[in-house]
Amino acid sequence: MADFETPEIKEYPVIPHIKLGVMSHSKPFLSKEEFQEPLGYPGELVDDWQEKAYAKMEELLGKYRSFRVYLDSCVKCGACTDKCHYYLGTEDANNMPVARQDLLRRVYRRKFTFAGKYFPKLVGAVDLTKEVLEEWYSYFHQCSQCRRCSVYCPYGIDTAEISMAAREIMDSIGMGQKYCNEIIGKVFKIGNNLGLPEPALADTLEGLEEEVEDDTGVPVKFPLDQKGADILLVTPSADFFAEPHVDGLIGYAKVFHQAGLSWTLSSHASEAANFGMFIGSYENMRRISVRIREAAEELGVKRIVFGECGHAWRVAYSFLNTLAGPFDFLDPNYPVPQHICEVTYDLIQRGVIKFDKSENDHMTLTYHDSCNVARASRMGDEPGGQFRIPREIIKACCNNFVDMPSDTIGEATFCCGGGGGLLTDDLMEIRVKGALPRMQALKHVVENHGVTHMAAICAICKSQFTKVIPYYGFTMDQIVSVHQLVSEAIILDGADTDDDGDSGDEE
Amino acid sequence: MPIEVNGKTYETDEEGYLANLSEWTPEVGEAMAKEDGTELSDEHWEVINFLREYYDEYQIAPAVRVLTKAIGKKLGKEKGNSKYLYELFPYGPAKQACKYAGLPKPTGCV
Repeated sequence: MADFETPEIKEYPVIPHIKLGVMSHSKPFLSKEEFQEPLGYPGELVDDWQEKAYAKMEELLGKYRSFRVYLDSCVKCGACTDKCHYYLGTEDANNMPVARQDLLRRVYRRKFTFAGKYFPKLVGAVDLTKEVLEEWYSYFHQCSQCRRCSVYCPYGIDTAEISMAAREIMDSIGMGQKYCNEIIGKVFKIGNNLGLPEPALADTLEGLEEEVEDDTGVPVKFPLDQKGADILLVTPSADFFAEPHVDGLIGYAKVFHQAGLSWTLSSHASEAANFGMFIGSYENMRRISVRIREAAEELGVKRIVFGECGHAWRVAYSFLNTLAGPFDFLDPNYPVPQHICEVTYDLIQRGVIKFDKSENDHMTLTYHDSCNVARASRMGDEPGGQFRIPREIIKACCNNFVDMPSDTIGEATFCCGGGGGLLTDDLMEIRVKGALPRMQALKHVVENHGVTHMAAICAICKSQFTKVIPYYGFTMDQIVSVHQLVSEAIILDGADTDDDGDSGDEE
Repeated sequence: MPIEVNGKTYETDEEGYLANLSEWTPEVGEAMAKEDGTELSDEHWEVINFLREYYDEYQIAPAVRVLTKAIGKKLGKEKGNSKYLYELFPYGPAKQACKYAGLPKPTGCV
């Protein structure tokens, strides 16, 4: 399947010369009628698609003032040009953020500005032709909405919002993306991205209880739909299904157990992810969010805690109250919602949970800041908490930690290459190429500081990295969940004390 | 891209997953594997058969830990891990084995 070349990691990062259209062939599978209709979109490209697209753009310009400001305010200074991981990895000129924005901006100018209406050639304004639409479909699915470019833009133009608007316009004329839309449909129908029904979820959780008890001798529970529990944990369904995600889930359960907190998962809201954001659809984002509220009310919980998921935390932290609030029925002594890292960090601070760091001594860790956590949310009550708290947790349970170069972490973090609805096999080329800057930074700390593993707190980052890092000569088991480290080192009361903590590998 | 086995044509989706899972036969699984250059061994079939049984009961492929545990029980503990499964199915047990088993591809952040 790999019909492309993996970019070479150079000795130091290089800003490539631009190439024209070398990624124009990259297009995700189109969504079919069966995936479009549950989301309220036409099943195929509508007859009067051009007029409908203009009308949708006008609607979005009216609804979101930011959208118009972003389209009007670019001065072509070039600060963003070398900031996108997809540009650095593909060298395609259209993957420079300003060029990606211009794909939409030139249509906006033609239709909605004086100069573009009367002197289109002077301002680079064009009609929305079939060719332009095809370019949109290709290049707005080569943006992971990670917002790194917006950090460097002197006007703060957010390409992510422009990508979201473009996808919303395309969806509204019947040109949706299969990956995102099929998944959103599954959330509505079954409750999560995977399509994991309640009996399968219950069976999976039961298996995990057995596994943890076999490993530790401690009956750590994974409660499901338990009415009257204090905490509703909402986590990406990948945590039930995949590795290393599931090791993170085991970590949350051990933390709750050791701290004596009463918690439950919900089969109705068995998904933290909210792909409604990726496709720029307020309505779909709201419908997904409302499930969390319904579950919280139904179960009568006092707190809502989110597991390790990047964009879910953005939606939760920034929008949940607007989308599905008010949450006045929850305990006002806790933030709504809370991140699992905030919960764990607080318990560490208060000495409620303790670690045997030596359990993680076979690793030297680095930490990948997930884009949506880094640039679209916060943890704790101080600026930068979203960078500090996960690192403090890792340092509390590991002796060996080294950060990657400073221009690749924190608010300057590079996307994993698979965010924003691109985590699908039909986009493997852009995923592999877009991972280049992160791989470069990882290689640096591996070679210079002996780093062996990279921890992440986002389901997409974890899946993307386990899949793409072999292309760069690493192995998939070098990616770990933050709460996997917690799980390994946490001291559980009543645990078997014989020295075979790593029995998972020995069995 | 429909796939032809013993003169019968089977519809598949864009990525070669069987469109109608009730049409699946072991020969279809063999043919799909052959297209990928894989010869299915008894060990492959242990996994594929388990996936089908699990799917019959739960309408979803098993989570990785459910699968490794089941395979460990059947084939011995040293094989009850994802490393072994990746040796059998290098494109990932969930995705590649599901395809040969005639099941839909798992979706989501996986």
